[in-house]
Amino acid sequence: MLNTVIGAGGKWSGRIGRGKLLRFTALEAGANVSLMLFHAHDLTERYNMPDTLKAQYTAHLTTGHTLMSDNGRVLAGIVHDELGWHDPIGGYTTRSLTDDRYGRTTYQDLRNDWLRSGQENFAVELTRHGLGMRDMMPVVNLFSKVYCDENGAMHYVQDHCPAGSSVTLRSEMDVILALSNTPNPLDRRQSYPAVPVRLEVTQAEPVRGDDVCVNHRDENRRAYENTWAYYSLI
Amino acid sequence: MGAYHRVESTRKPEQAVYDDIILAGDGWMRDLESGQVLRIVDLEGNQAADTLFYDADRPEDHYAAAATIARQGNIYLTTGSVLVAESGKELLTIVADTCGRHDTLGGSCSAQSNTVRYAHEKEHMHNCRDTFMLQLAKRGGDYGKRDLAPNINFFMNVPVTSQGGLKFDDGVSSPGAYVELQSHGRTTVLISNCPQLNNPCNAYNPTPIRILIWNE
Ligand SMILES: [Zn+2]
Repeated sequence: MLNTVIGAGGKWSGRIGRGKLLRFTALEAGANVSLMLFHAHDLTERYNMPDTLKAQYTAHLTTGHTLMSDNGRVLAGIVHDELGWHDPIGGYTTRSLTDDRYGRTTYQDLRNDWLRSGQENFAVELTRHGLGMRDMMPVVNLFSKVYCDENGAMHYVQDHCPAGSSVTLRSEMDVILALSNTPNPLDRRQSYPAVPVRLEVTQAEPVRGDDVCVNHRDENRRAYENTWAYYSLI
Repeated sequence: MGAYHRVESTRKPEQAVYDDIILAGDGWMRDLESGQVLRIVDLEGNQAADTLFYDADRPEDHYAAAATIARQGNIYLTTGSVLVAESGKELLTIVADTCGRHDTLGGSCSAQSNTVRYAHEKEHMHNCRDTFMLQLAKRGGDYGKRDLAPNINFFMNVPVTSQGGLKFDDGVSSPGAYVELQSHGRTTVLISNCPQLNNPCNAYNPTPIRILIWNE
């Protein structure tokens, strides 16, 4: 259905129906793709970082975890993951962070090699769908590992993502997906990480009784039950 | 269990320009002027004060959980932490804290998240996001559900492990513990004094908090 490469600094957004597989592949080592998710038919319903983390007692995301909405439903499930850890807490880069860390760049000087920020990429893609700065929120950073020690200090793991790593999400509702292929804010490298990522969207099999996401925890099952109850009325 | 950074304040309650109690389950929304200092007091200990901040002059610019913790490189907030909005604007700085650390990841309870976390039958129970929405509704159209970004839980204990686990633990606060924040500009404060009856953080007993404001 879709097979596209999101270049370094690039962005993408679109409406994706429920029951699709979204396979992301890092084409080189050290990728980071930030994502936001909204319910396509009610944009006030969106991915909720705290609800997702506390319901699943986790501070990272991998196979079996779901991306939950603020309405107690499942926007997407992670059905396959080769990395074991994706970052839900590091956030996205801003223009000032990008300029401070990598040096100020402009389109005037560098044309399309200028360095884009997550904040600006999301501002554009959210506005495209009737949203805006007001709807900015924590993202999921695919391919990145950020862990916290017992004092709460956050640590970015530099060599977490080898070339070719992939992670596959399954859409469980009709969603608007917005992507920004920009660095993780906690990545301390002084050169702008420039890793293209492939996105392939294909039809998923129907969710079965032994599904890895539905059965991950009782909390996940109840979130799926809420989702199925919503669609039973439509 | 990690370090706690406890710093006391020299401000005297009798010099405050505002002093009120928020009962368990109630909401509170008010604008701070530039330089004003807000103190939230955990009167009986281990209560969660779910709090959101907005730029009062640009209500669409809300507190940003991820930007705030990434800037500090730490998921806990305490004295010295600068709270920023999604635009990058600095909203407030924590200037005193006798609890020692505060949660940024746990968010607020809602009817729907209660069905997921506890049981479908919990949907009717009073919850923080209902409190938030009632307060936002009273502001006359400036705010809506879109503005309910992930919030701070003052006094709440949400430990995270280096293996990526997260849990809710007994509180780390104590009766009379407080946190004080100084506003960099005009900042709107939205508080839900959490009514949660399913969570061990407050020993299943929500209690009042006290709010004080000083001009400097
Ligand atoms: Zn609550």
